[in-house]
Amino acid sequence: MTKEFEPRIVGILCNWCSYAGADLAGISRIKYPPNVRIVRVMCSGRVDPSFVLKAFAEGADGVLVSGCHPVDCHYIEGNYKMWARKVMLETMLQQLGIEPERFRLTWVSANEGELFKQYVTEMVDAVKKLGPFQKPVNWMTELLEHERSLGTAVQEIAAGGGVGE
Amino acid sequence: MSEEIKIGVYVCHCGSNIADKVDCAAVAEFASKLPNVTVARDFQYMCADPGQELIRKDIKEQGINRVVVASCSPRMHEPTFRKVCESVGLNGYFFEMANIREHVSWCTEDREAATEKAKALVAAAVARVPLQEPLYERYADMNDRVLVIGGGIAGIEAALKVSGGNKEVVIVEKEPSIGGTMAKLDKTFPTLDCSACILTPKMVECAQRDNVKLYTYSEVEKVDGYVGNFTVTIRKKARSVDLDKCTGCGLCITKCPTKDIPHEWEENLTTRTAIFTPFPQAVPNKPVIDRENCRYFTTGKCGICAKVCPTDAVDFEQEDELVTEDFGAIIVATGFELFDPSVGPQWGFGKFDNVITSLQFERMVNASGPTKGKVLLKNGEEPKSIAILHCIGSRDENYHEYCSRFCCTAALKLAHLAKEKTNGDVYSFYIDMRTFGKGYEEFYNRIMSEGIHFIRGKGTEVVERKGQLLVRTEDTLLGKYREVPVDMVVLMAACQPGQDTEKLAQTLAIQRSADGFFLEAHPKLEPLKTATDGIFLCGACQGPKDIPDSVAQGAGAASEALSLISAGKVKISPIVARCDEDKCGGCMICINLCPYTAISYDEEKKVAVVNEAKCKGCGTCSGSCPTGAMTNTNFTDEQIMTQIEGVLAV
Amino acid sequence: MSDKKLKLGLYWAAGCGGCDVAVLDIDEKILDVAEVADIHFWPIAMDFKYKDVAAMDDGFLDVCFLNGAIRNSENKEVAELLRAKSKVLVALGTCACYGGVIGLANFCTREEILETAFKKTVSTDNPEGIIPQPVSEVDGCELHIPEVYEAVYKLDDFVNVDYYLPGCPPRAELIAKAIDAIVAGQLPEPGSVLLPAKTVCDECKREKKDRHVDEFKRPWELIPDEEKCLLDQGLVCMGPATRAGCGAACTNVNMPCRGCYGPAEGVIDQGAKAMSAVAVTAVSTNLAEMEKVISQVKDPAGTFYMYGLPNSLLRGRQMKEAK
Ligand code: SF4
Ligand code: SF4
Ligand code: FES
Repeated sequence: MTKEFEPRIVGILCNWCSYAGADLAGISRIKYPPNVRIVRVMCSGRVDPSFVLKAFAEGADGVLVSGCHPVDCHYIEGNYKMWARKVMLETMLQQLGIEPERFRLTWVSANEGELFKQYVTEMVDAVKKLGPFQKPVNWMTELLEHERSLGTAVQEIAAGGGVGE
Repeated sequence: MSEEIKIGVYVCHCGSNIADKVDCAAVAEFASKLPNVTVARDFQYMCADPGQELIRKDIKEQGINRVVVASCSPRMHEPTFRKVCESVGLNGYFFEMANIREHVSWCTEDREAATEKAKALVAAAVARVPLQEPLYERYADMNDRVLVIGGGIAGIEAALKVSGGNKEVVIVEKEPSIGGTMAKLDKTFPTLDCSACILTPKMVECAQRDNVKLYTYSEVEKVDGYVGNFTVTIRKKARSVDLDKCTGCGLCITKCPTKDIPHEWEENLTTRTAIFTPFPQAVPNKPVIDRENCRYFTTGKCGICAKVCPTDAVDFEQEDELVTEDFGAIIVATGFELFDPSVGPQWGFGKFDNVITSLQFERMVNASGPTKGKVLLKNGEEPKSIAILHCIGSRDENYHEYCSRFCCTAALKLAHLAKEKTNGDVYSFYIDMRTFGKGYEEFYNRIMSEGIHFIRGKGTEVVERKGQLLVRTEDTLLGKYREVPVDMVVLMAACQPGQDTEKLAQTLAIQRSADGFFLEAHPKLEPLKTATDGIFLCGACQGPKDIPDSVAQGAGAASEALSLISAGKVKISPIVARCDEDKCGGCMICINLCPYTAISYDEEKKVAVVNEAKCKGCGTCSGSCPTGAMTNTNFTDEQIMTQIEGVLAV
Repeated sequence: MSDKKLKLGLYWAAGCGGCDVAVLDIDEKILDVAEVADIHFWPIAMDFKYKDVAAMDDGFLDVCFLNGAIRNSENKEVAELLRAKSKVLVALGTCACYGGVIGLANFCTREEILETAFKKTVSTDNPEGIIPQPVSEVDGCELHIPEVYEAVYKLDDFVNVDYYLPGCPPRAELIAKAIDAIVAGQLPEPGSVLLPAKTVCDECKREKKDRHVDEFKRPWELIPDEEKCLLDQGLVCMGPATRAGCGAACTNVNMPCRGCYGPAEGVIDQGAKAMSAVAVTAVSTNLAEMEKVISQVKDPAGTFYMYGLPNSLLRGRQMKEAK
């Protein structure tokens, strides 16, 4: 335990407001914690809840989805659709044992570099308090052991994804 | 499948912009070990010619077929690098960018952490790029008519320029006449030429040109379509006067018995009739009935105007009419409105009779205004002293943080006019004197020599003591608190976004900045464009602007529109939604989700069908497609999920 | 296939037995099967011993239909054994394919489940509070029973599966069709799901229209209109996100689809997709109103993962690691 826990947070940002807001934070040389890794989508409306789950399954400690303020969506109301999903997703995540602080939907406009910093900082702090996200624990070990016994890539399973036909 | 994936990764130093915080060589070294990576290099400036050449060379010589550039924001240089790929025959969508400047070097304190984050972003791009598909730009037909929303000086200029380019243009103005705020001004700074004299000819020209169509007393109700092919629904509000029949003789106005309605156009300094034209030089110079105050509409009796009209033009039955027109481009020129100083009780506006706004004063000094050009107190006397207060509602965090730009010089002009008309004492209360334009500082110097009292201090409060108005200020040059007694106070109210800005932003699907004005695509390089293709901005609807700037922008927006429509075809981004008919279960969830009605339902095949010309590629439909049939090109589920894996790989 | 008869095996792991019954439901078709195939292993119908299977040569069975999820060490052991003994292994039913209803157990820890089953239910009579252990001592002897796993797994978490035939249970016709295809040697690419690529909505005859819900209801709260889409009437229907094949059996009898045939082709997380589709039907520009409507769906995780939790991205509830 030499190093402080540095959470890895996946940020899924809409191109027109939040991604641009994050750009502005950079352009304005606003410094903020380096823990958020950004994935760009055209609109927050593009964000399939699977992406959020995928991030957790891959070991993210938190997921930040950010779009334009209501009314400001470049595609009129993609952000409202994301809001609808968010409401249901929050309950679902709670049922799946994921602390609410680990997932957040925010609105950051193209000129709110400071606000982006604020949200990132808040989230990083909150997630640091919670500690690392517990990937599929104990019972996943059974799967891991099995894989190990077969000598197949442990890595792949540890990553948690790769479900399918 | 068949061809082997060979990725070239290029890590840019951006001079020291990136290299200062990110160990670029280490990132390149890291990238070189990632799957499918054939070459990984770091370089001083990737966007400059030698950097671009590096990519071209690798594509040609090493058979690189996927390109990842780790540099600045894709919002900046994505098109540049796509073109580089295309110049040597590689599809531009086999390219992916990792933003390690705006999102890493510029916002991270610690070099080690920055390098780590840069690696993660590069890993994500490298993971994603093999899944990317070649995409091709598409072309749609271009309608070559232009819509101008707002008939103030900026809109008029834009319309005349478009029309001069031999293209049809339509102006939609919500007031009964075009002209905008400029029509209300008396003199224009710094030359002090008469506003009407320079504006009216342009207004008349709008009415006379064959290829300019005017919809006054009208509003834009709905905008469908996309660049090159907008379909716009315009609401022509019922004017109650048939414009074709009316000759503008004005007989009706003289006979109207309802004469006590506050005259908005005269800033409520006088009254008007229920059937009226806002001002003598109105275009069209034909009246409109104010139904809220007209006796015929309120009591059912009267109808005098209809009786006296020699051409039978008065039409009480007229209804709002909706017309649709097609356009290739839209220019927004809706201007501004004045901040209402009664919001701040400290200035006494609305409380004291002789506290007025700049525009009210402007009307007063106008020879055709309500006082026939005389500066008069409410009691009909001429004031012996006048205070002009700068920055009312501007540069004030309680109201608007921004500077309204033109009011300092406008205040100087009003000071000059006040002095000229009354020869009394004129005081100017300012925080800083911001005379930014060509000839403005000279104008300031000239006015200073006219005996105006300049007090460097904001007029913070206006009070009345024994019938005497007092302006309170902290004179920052003397370092003293002062109370200056005056007869009249003129408030240089801030320039603020018009009330309908929010609604129009929604109708047009364009954005606004934090100050409420419309947001341009780029503050420096794209001041006239919006983020929505084919919609341009000019004048004060984008931010406070004086006349020369508004005119320049009007002409600029016209040139944007002309350059767009002259191309004849619209290039449409290949980032769209596509529906896989074999997978689509026809659940129809997506159909309502599309804000552009780009998705329809094929009754026969029982599947969703996307009209790619209408689709803007937001991906909202694919975000909620339960079968994965609806994909968003360049942002497929698989690509995004792989990218997520990638950012978490480090 | 040659004139040699097909060698068939059927097995029941962690499941309710419904899939075995579904096989019986193919009725007289079973005679046709008997004509072309010999059943070499089918514990529910005939007496076989583990050692009989162990004695088979590897690849002895031409086809084995395995239903049920993997819940304990026995399930896993037999699955691995059958994998080795079968040329073609078919995951039969949703439990084997995706974890099934059994998979809902992944909302709890093994301890919680054992506690409940052996101590807490009203009908439990267990004064000493004994919870069965894999190894225990009885009368001086060591007794071994299978170990209950921490979680429920789907079959392909442990063994290679050649074909998937989901359904809870799969309709008898689909099983018959699969057997026909095997006999005729007309199987698709290994790894395929032996069902049409479309979803339940495609098979459902109801008229879809509004796609806007302003109140979500539970099935008992209304008698739905027989013609109109159930989702449009405010019932959470999994039809949009569920693989076709059932012939819209549930919606035909006025009940919403619960998703038992699993995800659509290529979909990674059925629950997330279904949730996303259902949530947006409540979209409005009034955020508070939207929140109110959406919260009427009380148990989203249980609803959308009813048949596929072990197949989802997170596979179950995340538990804090015991210190
Ligand atoms: S991506 Fe889908 S929702 Fe967005 S504009 Fe295109 S069709 Fe409409
Ligand atoms: S009832 Fe269910 S399956 Fe039928 S159309 Fe509606 S959503 Fe689809
Ligand atoms: S574009 Fe930003 S949320 Fe839609």
